[in-house]
Amino acid sequence: MIREVAIVGAGWSGFRSITPDLSYKELMYEAAVQAYEEAGINPRRDVDSFVTVAEDYNEGTSIFDEYVPDQLGALHRPVQTIAGEGIHGLAAAVMQILTGKFDVVVVEAHSKASNILTLPYILAFAFDPVFNRPLAAHPYYVAGMEMQRYLAETGTTHRECACVAAKNRYNALLNPLAGYGAAVSADDVLASEPIAEPLTRLECAGHSDGAIVFVLASGETARALTDAPVWVRGVGWANDTFWMESRPWGEARYARDAGQMAYRTAGIKSPRAEINFAEVDDTFAYKELQHLEALGLCPPGTAGEWTAAGGTALSGEFPVNPSGGALGEGHLLDATGLARVLEVVLQLRGEAGQRQIEDAEVGLAFGWRGVPTTGGAAVILSN
Amino acid sequence: MNGNRVAIVGAGMTKFVRRAQETAKELAWEAAHLALESCEMTLDDVDAVVIGTAPDAFDAVHMKSEYLSDGCGAWGKPYMRGYVGGGTGVFAPIQGWYHVASGLFDTVLVVCEEKMSSCQPHPQGAFLTIFDHTTERPLWPNLLWIFALEMNAYMSRYGLDKRDIATVAVKNKRNAADHPAALLGDPNITVEDILNTEVMAWPVQRGDVSPITDGAVALVMCANHVARRVTDKPVWIEGVGWSIDTAYWANRDLSYPTYVEEAARMAYEMAGITEPRKQIHIAEPYDPFDYKELHHLEGLMLFDKGKAPEAAAAGVTQRDGDLPVCPSGGLLGVGNPIAAAGLMKVAEIFWQLRGEADARQVPGNPKRGLAQAWGDLMQVGTVVVMGV
Amino acid sequence: MREYVYDSVYLRRKDFEEGNVLFETWDPNACYAWDTGVAIGRYLQGLKAGKLIGRSCPECRRVMIPPRLFCEQCFCATDRWVDLQDTGTVVTFSLCYVTWDMIRLEEPQLPAVIEIDGASPGMGIMHMLGEVDPQAIKIGMRVQAVWKPAEERIGAITDIAYFKPTSASSVEPLE
Repeated sequence: MIREVAIVGAGWSGFRSITPDLSYKELMYEAAVQAYEEAGINPRRDVDSFVTVAEDYNEGTSIFDEYVPDQLGALHRPVQTIAGEGIHGLAAAVMQILTGKFDVVVVEAHSKASNILTLPYILAFAFDPVFNRPLAAHPYYVAGMEMQRYLAETGTTHRECACVAAKNRYNALLNPLAGYGAAVSADDVLASEPIAEPLTRLECAGHSDGAIVFVLASGETARALTDAPVWVRGVGWANDTFWMESRPWGEARYARDAGQMAYRTAGIKSPRAEINFAEVDDTFAYKELQHLEALGLCPPGTAGEWTAAGGTALSGEFPVNPSGGALGEGHLLDATGLARVLEVVLQLRGEAGQRQIEDAEVGLAFGWRGVPTTGGAAVILSN
Repeated sequence: MNGNRVAIVGAGMTKFVRRAQETAKELAWEAAHLALESCEMTLDDVDAVVIGTAPDAFDAVHMKSEYLSDGCGAWGKPYMRGYVGGGTGVFAPIQGWYHVASGLFDTVLVVCEEKMSSCQPHPQGAFLTIFDHTTERPLWPNLLWIFALEMNAYMSRYGLDKRDIATVAVKNKRNAADHPAALLGDPNITVEDILNTEVMAWPVQRGDVSPITDGAVALVMCANHVARRVTDKPVWIEGVGWSIDTAYWANRDLSYPTYVEEAARMAYEMAGITEPRKQIHIAEPYDPFDYKELHHLEGLMLFDKGKAPEAAAAGVTQRDGDLPVCPSGGLLGVGNPIAAAGLMKVAEIFWQLRGEADARQVPGNPKRGLAQAWGDLMQVGTVVVMGV
Repeated sequence: MREYVYDSVYLRRKDFEEGNVLFETWDPNACYAWDTGVAIGRYLQGLKAGKLIGRSCPECRRVMIPPRLFCEQCFCATDRWVDLQDTGTVVTFSLCYVTWDMIRLEEPQLPAVIEIDGASPGMGIMHMLGEVDPQAIKIGMRVQAVWKPAEERIGAITDIAYFKPTSASSVEPLE
């Protein structure tokens, strides 16, 4: 990348399964104040552009970008909403800084999932209106079908997927931000109620409310603002086809392409050797395995056995989702990817408390837009 | 501008119609492939795709960009959607600009699409949900209210004459008669015709309002070194600007669009424009209502506050006037498929600056133009300055 | 540029009525229960009690309505609830002859932006006007809230039925 970009401030609010005491504006304000304080900036003066990430139907309001500026200090400033994954928003901020025209850019995303009373119907509303929506089944069937195919194509076992859920929910017990921490075994996971077979309930992430704000800055400015900048080394994002009828069901090609772009922009030739740990979307337990393989962090078809053997545990050779992932923290809708980024930032700054990984130097975060999409984004950070 | 210079090298669009048979995906595809055809490029040449599309409630698909992705050429490519309400159509090329100027991509396809007719019983109804869910929606507001409230504030503040404002609708619908994609082009319409239409939300009459429309527009944007290979008439992005005002819109002075001025200042600074009235040769401000064209012209600092209507009535903004405004026919004449409407304006400046606007061509070899869009609760301004 | 304009197929109502076009319909099920949070929660409580509440910023001293926990201009926390009056001035208004789903009305709805007394200048809220001849409404007109009876108030903006022109003599006691 032609210019250096770093994260110089991070703030958050939540994450909890309900936040009845605060409106979304108040959640955002809380997270923003923390991020700006850390970065030592005044948004009314020091920020060149604001990027928020939101989808109308997750908010229950059309043209949601109307409602973001005030609580972020973005009044009369350039504000854009990216309707995408949280990490897409981060990528947009990175691009603006790379143009040389913007020095400090703020990124925000939040979730008020608890306020959506009919969330499965909202997800169903994302389906192709002519070919798929009329089937009117709970949207998680798409994940169930994909998991079925993934297991068949790779030889991964259901138990290995259950190990992901057990690992992540256990990691979450060490994370003050996580609301779904639990000491469950792979057997417990396998025994939980079927949702969309082969998926069981404990393999599906619950939802959480929360808000996350990052402050990004160009190299020079970053060094002036903080002693601990977290550098953005590479960024990548990609879509695969939306057609259910012709998408690859076993392989997450969007993750492969997003990862490859991130590695290319970061100048990384051997991801597994040059990266120490990763926060990778685990909305459904099998997704963590599927994404790890697509991102080239392990050979195809081996993520399952690697996980079962403890290779991706907190104490393993390559910790994956030390935060507990979405399974442990709860899914934060559009902000989920930024929750992955947040953990990478905390780890690289040595602020991950009991979850701290020794010698964490380079981390990868990957977000997926969820059922029924084939879109994802990756970012590689280092300290 | 330092760094990577970025140019628009191709454009394509669909006809704007009240209700298209084509699906949203198909509309996006038609515009996208025509844009590529226009500069003899293929999808293999495209490094990334930007989609601009406004409320999901119209097309009736949540996470609409995902559904549209195939039609936009985004298969296997980096794909991103920016969304700033009605401002989206001019924001999309800004997004395309920063994709290329960042150095990460050389060629970007920018697509804007809207299929408002999907929303039943009337697309107008979807606008109910733009209002604050707790403090405003229980009053069952109509989108027309907010425009009428603003129009009233503007007219009262400056003592404006409705006849002067109506000349904008006449100009644009007449201009649109020369636009091949236009829905409401009418070479014979008069001010009396506009003033005789029924009152919708006083002072807004039916003739003042742009129509609900389906349509799509696409542009191809390239870095300097690619643009020069692809065409001998690249249209350069010289300045971009965007700004948003407070969501508490009832706390604001509605008689002046501060958000447009903020966006314009940002774009003018980048483009090195110090005397906009002299240095901008054509303007395509957003005209969802006739008075908005005037309101925005003042925000763009092309006319003094309260003075745009008399200039319009005097013919200054006609195609052969001193400052042609909306030579395309604008939203009032061509149609208003929200995001696509804004990009249509950018495409118009593109064609005008290349001398390819056919019967709409403004005389005098214009070298620099701007397009502006507006969005949200009278809140967002997006501006792009282009030049050859 | 004509060659780069695609001829979309224009459907008309009779294409549907005569069955020449096939289509798919869907009723979205989108229900939400939005947390009001501290500021708007208090605002709604105030409405139920028959009063308008604002909030002030310690730096710029603006008194804002609707109340908010942050000042968007200073970007700092607001610190004080302020009881406002339920009278105000019409900043702008309209006479609307169509409903939100485009049904024609005989009698117009009267939306307005009303600057509320006790808040900073220009601090308006959107509401409706009533008990007034539409042709007599003027910008600058003084108006007062007409509240629903206490037992009908639920903590919503509609606890105020509408605003009507003030008369010189009456000041209704709040319930």
